[in-house]
Amino acid sequence: MHPFSYTKASDLEGALAAGRRGGRYIAGGTTLVDLMRESVERPGALVDISALPLGEITATAGGGLRIGALVSMAEAAADPKVRATFPVVSQALELSASAQLRNMATIGGNIMQRTRCAYFRDVTAPCNKREPGSGCAALEGFNRAHAILGGSDQCVATHPSDVAVAFAALEASVHLRGPDGEPSVAFADFLLRPGGTPDREHGLRPGELITAVELPALPRPLRSGYLKVRDRQSYEFALTSAAVALHIKGGVIREAKVAAGGVGTVPWKLSAVERHLIGERPSEALWAEAAERAADGARPLEHNRFKAELLKRTVERQLRIVGGSE
Amino acid sequence: MSRRAVGAPLSRVDGRLKVTGRATYAAEHDVKGVVYAVIVDSGIGRGRITGIDARDALARSGVLKVISHLNAPKLAYRPNAGSNNPEGSERLHVFQDDRVRFFGQPVAVVVATTLEAAQHAARLVEVRYAAEKPTTGLAGDRTNKPVTYARGDAEQALGSAEVRMEMTYRTARNHHNAMEPHATIARWNGHRLTVWDKTQWVNGTQEELAAVFGIPKESVCVISPFVGGAFGSGLRAWPHVTIAALAARETGRPVKLVLARRQQYFGTGYRPAYVYKVRLGSARQGRLIAMTHDIRAETSSYEDFQEGVLPTGQMLYSMPNVAQTYERVPLDVNTPLYMRGPGHATTSYIVESAMDELAHELGLDPIELRRRNEPDDDPATRRPFSTRRLRECYTVGAREFGWDRRNPKPRSTRDGDWLIGMGMAAGVYDTNRGAAQARVRLDARGSAVVEAASSDMGPGTYTSMTQVAADALGLDMRAVTCRLGDSIMPPTPPHGGSMTMASVGSAVQDGCDKLRRQAVALAVGDERSPLHGVDAGDVVAGDGRLHVKGDPTRGETYQQLLARNNRTHLETLGSFTPGESRFSMYAYNATFAEVAVDHRLGLVRIRRMLGVYDAGRIISPKLADSQAIGGMVGGIGAALLEHTVTDPRDGRIVNANLADYLVPVNADVPSLRAIYLDGDDREADPIGVKGLGEVVFTGVAPAIANAVFHATGRRVRELPITAEALL
Repeated sequence: MHPFSYTKASDLEGALAAGRRGGRYIAGGTTLVDLMRESVERPGALVDISALPLGEITATAGGGLRIGALVSMAEAAADPKVRATFPVVSQALELSASAQLRNMATIGGNIMQRTRCAYFRDVTAPCNKREPGSGCAALEGFNRAHAILGGSDQCVATHPSDVAVAFAALEASVHLRGPDGEPSVAFADFLLRPGGTPDREHGLRPGELITAVELPALPRPLRSGYLKVRDRQSYEFALTSAAVALHIKGGVIREAKVAAGGVGTVPWKLSAVERHLIGERPSEALWAEAAERAADGARPLEHNRFKAELLKRTVERQLRIVGGSE
Repeated sequence: MSRRAVGAPLSRVDGRLKVTGRATYAAEHDVKGVVYAVIVDSGIGRGRITGIDARDALARSGVLKVISHLNAPKLAYRPNAGSNNPEGSERLHVFQDDRVRFFGQPVAVVVATTLEAAQHAARLVEVRYAAEKPTTGLAGDRTNKPVTYARGDAEQALGSAEVRMEMTYRTARNHHNAMEPHATIARWNGHRLTVWDKTQWVNGTQEELAAVFGIPKESVCVISPFVGGAFGSGLRAWPHVTIAALAARETGRPVKLVLARRQQYFGTGYRPAYVYKVRLGSARQGRLIAMTHDIRAETSSYEDFQEGVLPTGQMLYSMPNVAQTYERVPLDVNTPLYMRGPGHATTSYIVESAMDELAHELGLDPIELRRRNEPDDDPATRRPFSTRRLRECYTVGAREFGWDRRNPKPRSTRDGDWLIGMGMAAGVYDTNRGAAQARVRLDARGSAVVEAASSDMGPGTYTSMTQVAADALGLDMRAVTCRLGDSIMPPTPPHGGSMTMASVGSAVQDGCDKLRRQAVALAVGDERSPLHGVDAGDVVAGDGRLHVKGDPTRGETYQQLLARNNRTHLETLGSFTPGESRFSMYAYNATFAEVAVDHRLGLVRIRRMLGVYDAGRIISPKLADSQAIGGMVGGIGAALLEHTVTDPRDGRIVNANLADYLVPVNADVPSLRAIYLDGDDREADPIGVKGLGEVVFTGVAPAIANAVFHATGRRVRELPITAEALL
């Protein structure tokens, strides 16, 4: 670990000022400290924001929810409002990490967590994300865990979060606070695909801070849920995952929100699947047909070829679990 | 009559120490003035070091020294055929030349007054290399001299067999991944070296350090009272142990060196990957005629590591013709080492999978096929078995597991999205024993101390030795203290290969028997003793007293006896030396597994498992259950999860951490049950045990793999079995 300074911000203005001076925000520290130990992250100054008043979950007008950036994963998962309104969110959280990590890690930090790509996390390997221009060891290396969607010739690292997949599906927005006031960014625009700049992972600028994630009001009744497919039954990142929310009325699917995890360089919104579902009546055949579109555009690598098929089956399964099979 | 400790399901005597954090592990010893060492490991897989720039590192505050081949003294590296160093090859000499032999090889060490300074400075050491392309795969042509075995004429027998099958299986490299990281604290006092180390064999580490530094064995003291799991990784003194001692000598300070989790993957050994081709010939009614085994395994370029992959194929089943070839492929990797159930575990996966394939081919029940090939004596040596109760294991296991509910047709049982399957396999492991000694001392308060150099890496050696001693001395468990893990104590064999209970336990038994006899002799010869004149053979010990057999009222306590005779203590040295035996000695199991496989997603989940063990006498049933459960959990890992991945481009281990190298978590471990056949093995050792820690692992992976086949109808011939193989 490289030496760094540490300060604890007592209010938002102080945190923003420290951020503008180049300070790196730390909340739960469950990803940043790990990476600092491996010298992957070498911040000169840490600004602890854990004392800021961003720890509330509030209902918005119309039935949405606003989850403060410093709400822990455990708190968000256990929150009765979250559980009642968006089971897909609480399920995604509960299937993440371990109980100890969920107690420490925050919602804002979860979105900002960095990839689990083994080459990114090993400073002796080339990695364009860690060291732009050094090359990508994963493209021709061991890439079982890597993305089949949204990759570039510079980077194929997956975004590791589960709850971000639920956020992507639900079309959440990210509330920021910074020099330009309090902008709100659509979740789909917040996390960036690698393209030619895999080191740029999000739209946050220095001195900007996530204050909350807002889940929009969606028509009710809304059934939702999260399925995570992985080698072992707990404490592992997803091989594939699917977040599904369906508004079914009069026997017809009126709204469909679907996204996939473990397969994309960012949480992967499955718009083609959604479009196929809307206006249709739930059936086994429909789930299968819709899921056939889940891997559209996939570019598998040597060790993750199975993921395209596994993704389709994951989505099909979760559509059935959420939508039923009448 | 006092309650017997042996055979009682007692809790660990050191349990409270462990759960309260007062058991002192290697890195936790409080050595005054200690400084910290962090290894710089190679970033290439093969080549030469062309330069090392340590200026930035040395400029940091607190940094005392950077040692590499550029400034390290020449070390003696006397030949040492012991210490589990592989025969006929030479171990890695640290910092003695510019060659890089594998990715992660130590190329320098930074010593600093704080751990943080040492870690930071280690990142600042710049090493330049002339890299060469490493070879890390098993496919190459070059192999070390094969070890072969043959009986009968397997080729000819295969040619005429009614049923012939040929299969190639692959098993992944597995790492031990114990909870406690490897760690060493080294301190010199003149020419004397004291080392607090995570080791399964203080005597082996002592001899290796003496050889490396060219000093007498007596000048080295190795202390290792507690080991937080090892599974075999502590059976050798790895380079970091030498580096800690070297750094201590070069800085004149005690040095603590803890390997990072990542460094365990190339700083210690592993179970090598195998490619294993088996051909078998059988009669249509299920009698095996021949089997050939073509075995390939990883080893390093500098050491020829071998393990016992041959015996299972020679002795598990009766057949006239066997041919085996065991090749090791020298690669640009670090040297493998024994890992739980070494050799047998690998071969049991192959042989027991092949038997399952044959049973399916013949339409026979897998247990029935095994019964038809059960030998009456050892087919390899023609020696009688000391005990071999595999048939009973099958009977008990089938009954308790509900094997009769299994529909023999693969892919015949379904539960929603899950395909359900049941599989079984046999497991075997050598009944190993080694020469051991134990000192027993009884003091004037009637308390006993038992001492032996042996480690306790977790099986509960402190507890089981206390049980043996308590019964032999007629003392309560609380009156006996067991001390382990110090090279000044009486020597013991490696704490591995399932030989500690048999070997050290027998030495403890011997020492306690001698001590009890000494006390009895003192009593019967003492006119003031109530036992005076009684025939020594009629005196027994119990409840802290010596008394006439059948008459507990006539006797006295140890305290009374010693006080009256002005003796501060009695002391004996117990020993056990295994002799040549005319018997073939192994421990056995039958393991049963029920799995569920998601028919669309390819996920395998264990539903329940049962192990039935023929392991001789069980000294400590509660500890035995921990061993059996741990063995099954390890087997679940090997079958479904564990796979050390090497990047062939530069030899890097890609998943050198516990997030990417998957071991089972609690959620993967369902109902596991262990049954031990009552009885003992008096040919093996005086206390009748056959060893348990290894045999509980062998047979687990094939039972699971066979259950996966039964569930899905799909035979995956590679471990671990992952989703992609089942999609």
